[in-house]
Amino acid sequence: MAAEPKLTLKDFKSDQEVRWCPGCGDYAILAAVQAFMPELGIPRENIVFISGIGCAARFPYYMQTYGMHSIHGRAPAIATGLAVSRPDLSVWVVTGDGDSLSIGGNHLIHALRRNVNVKILMFNNRIYGLTKGQYSPTSGQGKVTGSTPMGSVDYPFNPLALALGAGATFVARALDIDKPGLTNVLRRAAAHEGAAFVEVFQNCNIYNDGEFEYIREDKEARTYLEHGQEFGSTGITHDESDFATAFALAQLTWEKDGAIPLGVFRDVQRDSYDELVQAQLANAKGNGDLQALVGSGDTWTIS
Amino acid sequence: MAKPVVELESVVIRFAGDSGDGMQLTGGRFTSETALSGNDLATFPDFPAEIRAPAGSLPGVSGFQLHFADHDILTPGDRPDVLVAMNPAALKTNLRDLPKGATLILDTDAFSDRNLKKAGYEANPLEDGSLEDYQLHAVPLTSLTVGALKEIEGVTAREAERAKNMFALGLMSWLYGRETESTTSFISTKFAKRPEIAAANLKAFNTGYHFGETSEAFAVQYEVKPAKLPPGRYRQITGNTALSYGLIAAAKLAGLELFLGAYPITPASSILEELARQKAFGVRTFQAEDEIAAVGAALGASFGGGLGVTTSAGPGVVLKAETVGLGVTLELPLVIIDVQRAGPSTGMPTKPEQADLLLVLFGRNGESPVPVLAASTPGDCFYAAIEAARVALTYRTPVYLLSDAYLANGTEPWLIPDIGALEPIHVEFAQADGADFLPYKRDPATLARPWAIPGTPGLEHRIGGLEKQNETGNVAYDPENHDLMTQLRAQKVAGIAVPDQPVDHQEGADMLVLSWGGTYGPVHAGVRRVRAAGGKVAHAHVRWLSPFPANLGDVLRSYDKVLVPEMNSGQLLQLIRARYLVDAVGYNRVTGKPFKAGEIADAIQTAGVSGGR
Repeated sequence: MAAEPKLTLKDFKSDQEVRWCPGCGDYAILAAVQAFMPELGIPRENIVFISGIGCAARFPYYMQTYGMHSIHGRAPAIATGLAVSRPDLSVWVVTGDGDSLSIGGNHLIHALRRNVNVKILMFNNRIYGLTKGQYSPTSGQGKVTGSTPMGSVDYPFNPLALALGAGATFVARALDIDKPGLTNVLRRAAAHEGAAFVEVFQNCNIYNDGEFEYIREDKEARTYLEHGQEFGSTGITHDESDFATAFALAQLTWEKDGAIPLGVFRDVQRDSYDELVQAQLANAKGNGDLQALVGSGDTWTIS
Repeated sequence: MAKPVVELESVVIRFAGDSGDGMQLTGGRFTSETALSGNDLATFPDFPAEIRAPAGSLPGVSGFQLHFADHDILTPGDRPDVLVAMNPAALKTNLRDLPKGATLILDTDAFSDRNLKKAGYEANPLEDGSLEDYQLHAVPLTSLTVGALKEIEGVTAREAERAKNMFALGLMSWLYGRETESTTSFISTKFAKRPEIAAANLKAFNTGYHFGETSEAFAVQYEVKPAKLPPGRYRQITGNTALSYGLIAAAKLAGLELFLGAYPITPASSILEELARQKAFGVRTFQAEDEIAAVGAALGASFGGGLGVTTSAGPGVVLKAETVGLGVTLELPLVIIDVQRAGPSTGMPTKPEQADLLLVLFGRNGESPVPVLAASTPGDCFYAAIEAARVALTYRTPVYLLSDAYLANGTEPWLIPDIGALEPIHVEFAQADGADFLPYKRDPATLARPWAIPGTPGLEHRIGGLEKQNETGNVAYDPENHDLMTQLRAQKVAGIAVPDQPVDHQEGADMLVLSWGGTYGPVHAGVRRVRAAGGKVAHAHVRWLSPFPANLGDVLRSYDKVLVPEMNSGQLLQLIRARYLVDAVGYNRVTGKPFKAGEIADAIQTAGVSGGR
């Protein structure tokens, strides 16, 4: 690559005014991502952010990269088409809990299953913010919202367990205002070849304020996974390559276990979808002679 | 001793049997032999949606109709001259289509009490005289086949029985003096891994052929001379194959990579399968998790600078609507192919209809204009695909291409195109020029916006589904701007350069027949019949449904009567009445079968054509 001036955080800020609610956790995530981007060493033109619909989905507008704010739930599908046809790009998906786990659940699990080379950042605030506070598929049972006046009777998804079950090769969790922890996870996700799924606990201070208070307010309560080390006093020694360990750790909750893991749950190497598709194209038999193709099979001549 | 040969101008044959009897294969082989014999031809495979309905049952009957002639023909034929029926169910479901005097070739071995009961026959039609209006050839096809294969080692009784379709094919090949070499080499290739099965099928084929030659049941042999078609090299082709080749050609002409996002659906799946085989052309096929992901991935590929295409049928096209709307506002190229089938809902998956026209024109939220064109014949699918891509790429817009189940599976002789003679598609990606980049600044000639693909330094920008400010593309809620952007999107589509509407006029005609899409063959054949009977009638077949050709209104207004035959309840009819204020009338039928030339001729007469009859 030609020697170019090193990029800074400022280079990744677009000229658009950021329009999230004051105090929204999305600001912290945006700042952390913009600060991390120069570290990638990738020219801005080769980075693409794709989102669906929701508060989180406004993210691409604020990044001075290529971006698409698409339709509800479909960002992983659109990103798949882009990543497969343009393996030279660094493709990121920004989504929320409603976008990726309700309307777009199917696309999420299939992008993870295929191991498409996209980095999926799922901002989980456990509420529908943009539609003004209905419960989401990650809201806890009993959650009282505009659409659940007597409390939600739904059992929520565990996003990490879902991603693991879908065959994700990289699964991690971070907290919006924990810049070092979030940056570390972004760094690991970016370095991972294949699909990366990152859940970011994100506070919606308007419709679901205080959801992650226990670790947002108390830095000491933030506990990080370390490969090869026991997590807390759970007796579980973390192994990023072991599915059962990651799955067990994904079950831990603050309410039940008094500690919730942050960091990388799973990171394994598997050929990405893009690479496999590329390899088939490279190994395809035939010379691409279109005249021969249209004239194939039995032919006859009329003179 | 050779039997006398009777010369015929044209023949319509229908092969019918159980879904497992290999009727599609038999029909396909006979078609190949016929093509190589130099006849013009048209085929209509008609099969149930069920892969293997219960053996011997009425719903399990699969048919293949072939029309071949010594002159130029347009349809698979209204009524079969010959029916080959492999069991009572096949006879029962097809007999009503035969004119009196038609030839019946029946496998008598299949007319057991059990099979007769399954087909709902109270008495055996071979014995009760109910077939006396037909030229009946009762042939024990199964036992003759099994008997002939006894000496071939390693072939089970079941396998021997299954070769009966090759016996029937051999017999028909003799009867019409077909070229047989292509079938013998086909059999050897197809069963190369099981030589005993190849030997059995070859033997069955040859035995059937010799049976015709020697049996007293067949007194004469027929001959249909080669047709006088435009000179050149021909092959036969189905609509879906032609469409697949057309997409590859379009990508090549534009210098882009083809990306197909698709979800398996009848009758479009064979496009996905065909393109999946063509990786040597750099074609990426993505079998998505659903219809929405299929179109989403195609749009993502277009965003990246590829030719994004998605293929489906009505029930899938409905699901793609939101993404097509996104494509409208993103103003990116996208080709959406709707191989129409009978609806609503799942409808009749294997049967053609043309009832998605209003869906693709209007089935989106908001004002979201999309160009729409329709292919007219199987071979035309090749050119229609190129045209769809050309407009999508030139104007940066989603384009709908309509085909249907009849075009998809039907075959016709196809003059092999000279790829070098096809007009290139000019595509230019935007490059930074130092000025601020305006992603929605339009080309004044086409109103297309720049196609700035990721990887281009200096053009980093964001696009999305929210309304955009003119030129900058920034999110905008300004009322006047929304009105302006709505108008610009509409003007862009309305201004697409579409050829003027050609008319097959006839001197003295005061009636115009206006058709579109896959009905071209039968409608034009119907027009020819009326003319042959002295009627004065003009015919125009519309290719571009949006925008309409600029002269269409003038064309319509220059006739006193306009008849619009459609396999729907009057969709084009509604459009032209609303747009041009002409008092056109429709001929509308949705039977799941292609129009017959005869019914179109009748409809023209009923509508009051001048002259004739």
